[in-house]
Amino acid sequence: MSEERDYRDDPGGTSPFDQANLSFPPDYLRDGRGIRSWLLTTDHKRIGVMFYAIIVLMLGLGGIFALLIRTELLTPERTVMSASAYNRFFTLHGVVMVFLFMIPSIPNVFGNFLLPIMIGARDLAFPRLNLASFYVYCVGSTVTLAAAIWGGVDTGWTFYVPYSTSTESSVFLVAVGIFILGISSILTALNFIVTTHTLRAEGMRWLDMPLFVWAIYATSIIMLLATPVLGLTLVLVALDRIAHIGMFDPRLGGDPVLFQHLFWFYSHPAVYIMILPAMGVISETVCTFSKKPPSSYWAIAISSLGIAFVGFFGWGHHMFVAGMSEIDAGIFGALSMFVAIFSAIKVFTWTATLYRGNITFTTPMLYFFWFLFLFTFGGMTGVAVATQSLDVHWHDTYFVVAHFHFIMVGGTITAFVGAAHYWFPIMFGRMYSERMGLLTSTSVFFGFLFTFVPQFLLGNAGMPRRYYSYPPRYQWLNVVSTGGAYLLAGALLLTLINLLVALKWGKRATPNPWGSRSFEWMTAAIPIKHNFETPPVISRGPYDYHLSEEQAHARTKAR
Amino acid sequence: MPARRLADQFESLEKQEHAAKFGLWVFLASEILLFAALFGLYTAYRLMYPAEFARAAGHNNVAIGTINTLILITSSATVALALWAVRGGLKRLASGLVLFSIGCGVLFLILKGVEYNQHFQAGIFPGEAYRNAELTGHGAELFFNLYYLITGLHAIHVIVGLVVLCWLAEGSLRGRFGPGNQARFELGTLYWHLVDIVWIFVWPLLYLLRE
Repeated sequence: MSEERDYRDDPGGTSPFDQANLSFPPDYLRDGRGIRSWLLTTDHKRIGVMFYAIIVLMLGLGGIFALLIRTELLTPERTVMSASAYNRFFTLHGVVMVFLFMIPSIPNVFGNFLLPIMIGARDLAFPRLNLASFYVYCVGSTVTLAAAIWGGVDTGWTFYVPYSTSTESSVFLVAVGIFILGISSILTALNFIVTTHTLRAEGMRWLDMPLFVWAIYATSIIMLLATPVLGLTLVLVALDRIAHIGMFDPRLGGDPVLFQHLFWFYSHPAVYIMILPAMGVISETVCTFSKKPPSSYWAIAISSLGIAFVGFFGWGHHMFVAGMSEIDAGIFGALSMFVAIFSAIKVFTWTATLYRGNITFTTPMLYFFWFLFLFTFGGMTGVAVATQSLDVHWHDTYFVVAHFHFIMVGGTITAFVGAAHYWFPIMFGRMYSERMGLLTSTSVFFGFLFTFVPQFLLGNAGMPRRYYSYPPRYQWLNVVSTGGAYLLAGALLLTLINLLVALKWGKRATPNPWGSRSFEWMTAAIPIKHNFETPPVISRGPYDYHLSEEQAHARTKAR
Repeated sequence: MPARRLADQFESLEKQEHAAKFGLWVFLASEILLFAALFGLYTAYRLMYPAEFARAAGHNNVAIGTINTLILITSSATVALALWAVRGGLKRLASGLVLFSIGCGVLFLILKGVEYNQHFQAGIFPGEAYRNAELTGHGAELFFNLYYLITGLHAIHVIVGLVVLCWLAEGSLRGRFGPGNQARFELGTLYWHLVDIVWIFVWPLLYLLRE
């Protein structure tokens, strides 16, 4: 029996030997052996780990596509691939990163693993549905990737009609794949919502929930209500291809702009599906490593819901140049800026949390700082492109590409990797190398800057996105961007290696290595199958840093 | 009556049943948005082609549409009564009412098939197969494509609902449901009500707003 187990039932840390002869249930990694016990598990933690493996694979795949695109753009004309191959690769990059990686990433990995533990539940409300969601995801991603091999898709991840209904490439299959992935999203969202409502531990009120739970809850609402619209829209595109129903085909009286409305009705909120969980991660990290409660719990929790709500009404800002009246564009622009207000509330609250905090510079904390900087940068340029007069100039240029990569990569991936470090001890019971963590984190940041800052300049200078060839005057910026992309990819690869090494050879973790007060750290170093031996009773908030660790433990236990 | 099983993650059956019911409501909300996308398209195209839509809707068989509405509302009422019967322990009545509702659902689909057949006779096919000579123009074709999409998606839900109702009928015949043990039964009835409520919006849009 290893030493860290003993802390679990003995938070006071009196003596590990007092309990040495009690028999503990094995942790979730050792509870059941063999491949069957994994593939047929209903344990939310194991499902989370399975998602983890497959989603990291998808990130790698999407990253390879990104590198291929960047390599091609090294020179103004052909470098390594033909124009049609280039079109297929940037589409694949978008589809894989958005639908296969980013949307399921934090919710399905960390949400799955941590949400029940954070609210003191033994599992999600519908464990079998959770497993089903995993397999539906596997089927959906297989179908989507099959399309990549079977002819490829060259429409871009937005599938704009009329091109998507007339191109020869296999849009049909991708549409079906994404529809299936949507089912997985909806099942997971449903599970999270019901779990949050019904399975909170005794004594845990809504405002006692960790902020990560609020973020996941808000995300789930968006997933639940926006995904069906996208699913149906893509089915209509698919039907248009096989039966010519002409729903979006101008030759048959359809209106292609309607497609854009329906598409962005999902895909704009989808941006918040991608960023809200990241904000949840950030809220947890900043409190833990400042040893302070958030400067306003309420502001962070409610602004998540605010973003989820307003996010449904901003989709028109993608369509300023698609024949929208100035008044409509003005309204959509103003509504989009509300998102910036809610985001700014969060940014200021996080920053204020640092004030007089007891800050530790660990890897997750470093990722927090990168996030804060990059997200603010991305957010401010977002306000800029939500202004129609500026957007007319920047629309469909690299400026927009850089803007959303600042949010998606600088925000979401930064938080994802930060979360991978922050929760590594509880997920696998080991510690990663902090020195390597700090090094890779810094490289990720600089790789990112070199990749995307040049793209702002390119876009402002007028280089359109998705173009295969460009005038030679843009070349030096493209070269810098490509170099940055390789640095970023190398840094992420090293990060992965660092974590994989830690998985096998890392120092054993103690149950609460960061000295956090959040509820997930009140379990064993590696949680047991049902998380808690006795259902916890909560009589404190998740950020009560004024309590000592012993007191904090005592107030999460059944008396 | 077999004992109700309490899953590991719940502390009481009440909570488990509440979670199941709440989960289904959440799911139904998602379903509504699926139909909402089609209704949104219908609204947009109706505004674009008001006259052609009204004329095309005039071709729909309002008698069949109205009878189908009555049938679905009746079946919704009988499954609601069946739930009441299950609560009261009236096993035979409950299964009878569910079987009656299944009959209604099947009748609905048959009438739908008759109506589709009338359209096919008139050359009104979905997509490029459309060949009606009187109702020409993009608006009419879009109307009928939307008609097929909306009623088709609804019919899929009717079929799924019928499968659920069969499971309810079988369960109540074998005594799987009873007083205090009606949670799953209630879930099945909730789904059937969705089928009904969607149709209540379909009926005026496709049949009543006509020339």
